[in-house]
Amino acid sequence: MMPFEYLRAGNEADALQAAADRPDARFIAGGTNLLDLMKLGIERPPQLIDIGGLDLRTMAETPDGGLRIGALVTNAELAAHPLVRARYPLLSQAILAGASGQLRNKATTGGNLLQRTRCYYFYDPASPCNKREPGTGCAAIGGFNRIMAILGTSAHCIASHPSDMAVAMRALDARVETRQRDGQMEVRALDALYRLPGETPHIDHTLAPGELITAVVLPAPLNGRQRYRKVRDRASYAFALVSVAATLAVEDGMIVQAAMAFGGVAPMPWRDRTAEALLIGQTPSQALFERCADAVTAEAQGQGGNDFKITLLRRTLAACLTDLTGNVP
Amino acid sequence: MPWIEANANVAVTLTVNGVSHRLELDARVTLLDALREHLRLTGTKKGCDHGQCGACTVLVNGRRINSCLSLAAMHGADNITTIEGLGTTDALHPLQAAFVAADGLQCGYCTAGQICSAMGMLEEWRAGWPSHVGEHAPAEAITAAEIRERMSGNLCRCAAYPRIVEAIQRYAGDEGAST
Repeated sequence: MMPFEYLRAGNEADALQAAADRPDARFIAGGTNLLDLMKLGIERPPQLIDIGGLDLRTMAETPDGGLRIGALVTNAELAAHPLVRARYPLLSQAILAGASGQLRNKATTGGNLLQRTRCYYFYDPASPCNKREPGTGCAAIGGFNRIMAILGTSAHCIASHPSDMAVAMRALDARVETRQRDGQMEVRALDALYRLPGETPHIDHTLAPGELITAVVLPAPLNGRQRYRKVRDRASYAFALVSVAATLAVEDGMIVQAAMAFGGVAPMPWRDRTAEALLIGQTPSQALFERCADAVTAEAQGQGGNDFKITLLRRTLAACLTDLTGNVP
Repeated sequence: MPWIEANANVAVTLTVNGVSHRLELDARVTLLDALREHLRLTGTKKGCDHGQCGACTVLVNGRRINSCLSLAAMHGADNITTIEGLGTTDALHPLQAAFVAADGLQCGYCTAGQICSAMGMLEEWRAGWPSHVGEHAPAEAITAAEIRERMSGNLCRCAAYPRIVEAIQRYAGDEGAST
């Protein structure tokens, strides 16, 4: 691990000021991903600002029936919170389908959103990787690419986003609150936190230097049922090959509301509004779910080793919608 | 607290098993290395050093974490419990005794992590925390399927898993019977 300057920030203002003074500094909270990458020399921050002492650990209902989650709430606390289990079971299910008990006790809400890909080549400093070392190439294209993305990729990077939590939050229309260096609060939709790789895959997100995530805000949940369905290579403690987060409301036999997000298949938690619109006003049926899957996978592109994800995504989507609507013809 | 320079040491007081230790550490020292190399508490083991195997599991304020993925400097305000704080060779903790009785180990390298993890896990169970397996009432007896899911962050390369599950279930049952 490269030596770094270290500061334990006493409060938000101190943390923001410290980050303003040192634009290459990184915030550290749970540290479960950042320290792992620092040990491997993949992340080499010259300074760490420890934000563990900041007052960002509370969860509170918002006046409009939503939920405001402090950035330092741990994944374990979030998944176990009674309000989350009652109103956003999708989120609880997604968190509990990921990582281990130990990691969920340490990993935070803000940090989970910013965790980096688990692409094998990103993790191997001996391999070319445009995300790790811009301009060196992508070893996953033409390489072993079983876990890579099939949507939203570019000729420069096909890495997938690893989070389960973020997939649920995308389906739940989460917004991310941040503080800029000057203390100004910003709010953006979760999808606007992320960016597709394009020609600059080394930049995962849209945060400005020194910008700190302070909370995630969920709007009041949609009516209907919620489900997170994840497919992975072993029964527990593995990243998603494919996951589907869905919330669906059926009234008088007709789908009246639908929101879906997909994990393991794209460089960011993926969402497809066209596919959602196809469901509205329709009677649930396997044929309808097939059409929905057609829309989601219309642009999907395999790289050989991950071709199976296109079929797996279609089937997981159909299975998830079947879970939510019961056995339909 | 001001910036600590890259080659200077950080002063941190670690409270481990009820005893406070004032240390001056390189900021890069993990909680695991502080316990083993600085406090000579070598019961906690280093397996993968990347949060994948669980051998380094300790309890921080009663919650289980991977001590390899945390900086010692970040734990000045915490109460840390290691395997040395649970039992001794002469006075085993009942969970340790259950591991012995059920033959819940072969080489033993993962055992301290398994036991600390199980302590934290059972506390989570009693608090009613759900898992990927499902929801439960806090007073319910824990099932083997729940133990397997909740302990998936602890690997045993000897594959003593059936006996590890048995040891934890036996201890949880005895504990449930005595409360």
